[in-house]
Amino acid sequence: MTSRNLPFFATLVVFVVAWALCAAQFPAMLSTRVAANLITDNAYLGVAAVGMTFVILSGGIDLSVGSVIAFTGVFLAVTVRAGLDPIAAILLVLVITTAFGAVMGAMIHYLETPAFIVTLAGMFFARGVCFLMTTDSIPIDHPTWDALLSVSWKIPTGGRLTLIAGIMIAATLVGIVLAHLTRFGTYVYALGGNRTSAELMGVPIARTTIAIYALSGALSGLAGLVFALYTSAGYSLAATGVELDTIAAVVIGGTLLTGGVGTVAGTFVGVMIQGLIQTYIIFDGTLSSWWTKIAVGGLLFVFILLQRVLVHLAGRSRDRLVPAT
Amino acid sequence: MDNAEPLLLSLRGLTKTFPGVTALDGVDFDLRAGEVHALLGENGAGKSTLIKTLTGVYVRDGGSVHLQGTPIAPADTADAQRLGIGTVYQEVNLLPNLSVAENLFLGREPRRFGLRDARRTEAMARDLLVGYGLDIDVRRALGDCSVAVQQIVAIARAVDLSGKVLILDEPTASLDAGEVVTLFAIVRRLTARGIGVIFVTHFLDQVFALADRATVLRNGRLVGTREIAGSNRLDIVKMMLGRELETETMKRHRRQVVDAPPVVSARGLGRRAYVQPFDLDIRPGEAIGVAGLLGSGRTETAKLLFGIKQADRGALAVGGKPVRISSPRAAAALGFGFCPEDRKTEGIVGDLSVRENIALALQARRGWLRPLGRTESRALADRFIRALDIRTSDAEKPIRLLSGGNQQKALLARWLATEPRFLILDEPTRGIDVGAHAEIIRLIERLCDDGLALMVISSEIEEIVAYADRVVVLRDRSHVRTLEGEAVNVNDIVRAIAAEAVPGAAA
Repeated sequence: MTSRNLPFFATLVVFVVAWALCAAQFPAMLSTRVAANLITDNAYLGVAAVGMTFVILSGGIDLSVGSVIAFTGVFLAVTVRAGLDPIAAILLVLVITTAFGAVMGAMIHYLETPAFIVTLAGMFFARGVCFLMTTDSIPIDHPTWDALLSVSWKIPTGGRLTLIAGIMIAATLVGIVLAHLTRFGTYVYALGGNRTSAELMGVPIARTTIAIYALSGALSGLAGLVFALYTSAGYSLAATGVELDTIAAVVIGGTLLTGGVGTVAGTFVGVMIQGLIQTYIIFDGTLSSWWTKIAVGGLLFVFILLQRVLVHLAGRSRDRLVPAT
Repeated sequence: MDNAEPLLLSLRGLTKTFPGVTALDGVDFDLRAGEVHALLGENGAGKSTLIKTLTGVYVRDGGSVHLQGTPIAPADTADAQRLGIGTVYQEVNLLPNLSVAENLFLGREPRRFGLRDARRTEAMARDLLVGYGLDIDVRRALGDCSVAVQQIVAIARAVDLSGKVLILDEPTASLDAGEVVTLFAIVRRLTARGIGVIFVTHFLDQVFALADRATVLRNGRLVGTREIAGSNRLDIVKMMLGRELETETMKRHRRQVVDAPPVVSARGLGRRAYVQPFDLDIRPGEAIGVAGLLGSGRTETAKLLFGIKQADRGALAVGGKPVRISSPRAAAALGFGFCPEDRKTEGIVGDLSVRENIALALQARRGWLRPLGRTESRALADRFIRALDIRTSDAEKPIRLLSGGNQQKALLARWLATEPRFLILDEPTRGIDVGAHAEIIRLIERLCDDGLALMVISSEIEEIVAYADRVVVLRDRSHVRTLEGEAVNVNDIVRAIAAEAVPGAAA
């Protein structure tokens, strides 16, 4: 174990210890039903966080995630109500969100504008388009939709893995393969490690940047679909601030905000920790749900502190070898 | 040397101009297959311009480049690499967060079913590095490896990608003596394979240890190329410094020898791989000149004394009391001042006025709770503008609009305003015109007469001779000699800079 994956193991330990503590108080939390629900309830967050992991690994940020999730829900609700087949609507919206991400990536690269600004603009733009389509919460009601909702896989001892839980797990697995086993994944890490070096070493910067934001757009769209399935509605004000939850999950999952270091698996655990806190609050029944935010905030501080300490230590050990000239 | 050896690379009349500067002026340079050719010159001599022209970072304005007889014009670094010219920079340009194997094969890793074949990449990386005598875990993150290993990985990648010409741009600056030996063994192994190596360095010992030939540039012009076998150190240093030793020594301003206790007294002060431990006493009213080639540890010595880098050994006493200087702030509190070498990036704040620039250090010393009033800082600025004859129409003029010499004087005023006991000037006359030169030198003498202890780093040996009471000579990051009294003359200083050192005592 090197200092680089220490944050991931720290996250894993926090998750296991937290679950053990919860289970000690509420033995029911050990059931597969609770586990399956944990995944289902946080599926949209998990899917979006996979995309955010790639963005942050490359040294960027994507603030448009929450708005794109809302846009996807509203777009699905409006088009299905207008008579479009849900499957066609889903495919269409995924193409739109992917293209939206790609355009943001192209702007970031070619206009040499910070990702923060471009995706902030994207956030307002996507949210604005939601309100343009409708200001109401529109239910999605279609036989195909109901069929999608009824898809689930039984797991032993009573749990049920819903379609959206399946989507989240699949997205995470694909993300893991993409990050660690493809050339694209290496390019993402290279970009986050040092952009200038990556360019000198022949990494196609433009193509990779655009692909990263397109991927984040696509996964935000998929997260929007998951969210729409979860709520069976599209609403312009939905998922506000979700981009910040995903960033929190990514950072808690051990990815350095400065890029270059982190894992998709860590992000999955980061999402699960947030879900676990929520589940505990539901089991407890007396705590306000806002305690989730407080706990997440506290965890973030701890993990950022941990990262600074590690970065500082790594810097010190190298410093001994490199004199300035 | 056998002149029948084929020419691998041949540069003829290479010219490159930037607005206002001719960086390269008709330079010829040859590289034979299997030779190490050192490229030498002081700052601004044109070494890096030549390298960058060769690697496609710059496009040349004139002249020709032939690689194995074929004219080439690399469009960018990737193009140069494809042609066979690979470069390894002092600051390793690889990715610290990726593994050694990933760094070696980034963008060309073997794949299976469309996925990266990590196992084969690692096996290939191991095979490649064994050829360099390196047996390490190739799955380790590169950033966790020592700089020497990173350097070797960078060389392995460059050679594997290019394989004809390898440019090493100050590869040893961050290495210790043992690592340098390892690196040299690797370079020799590469030349045995017929690769031509261009070796850019400041360390003369290393040139004599490794290179077959040396080419010296000065002010963008070719001074000459020498076979190392038939040259001595003095010849090369003379070529680099561009002066004949017979030059008439400048008249030295004589001062009373001060016998006061030292203001600053260092004993065995040093930092690993930065500056070798040194002893130094500086008395009030004394000017210590620091001479040496670029990269010899001059600026490093100053940075250590001023707390920009912390010493990891030795002791320092100020006014007889032992102190530990942990930051420039602490140094300033002790009455130290430091005018850095590069005043544009480390000294002046271009958009602030002359007045604000002068008041800066004094304000920093007083702390933000006791702001310096406008009237007060105005009076301060006016006093120094008069005292140092800083030519500006107005104290409120942004300092970037002033000439180099006047900027330098304003910087000096900044530190003088804090009434220091000990002032370090790093290259105070660089980049300023001749008239201003003389003024700065007069100023230095006046400051000494006022009882200030001064340390002046300079590449201009005649200047050092003009004002220094003692001269410390540095070579390869150690203080090798201190010259006093009659020995402070151009001849002896140049000889001390060029003297033979223990072989391999680099870094």
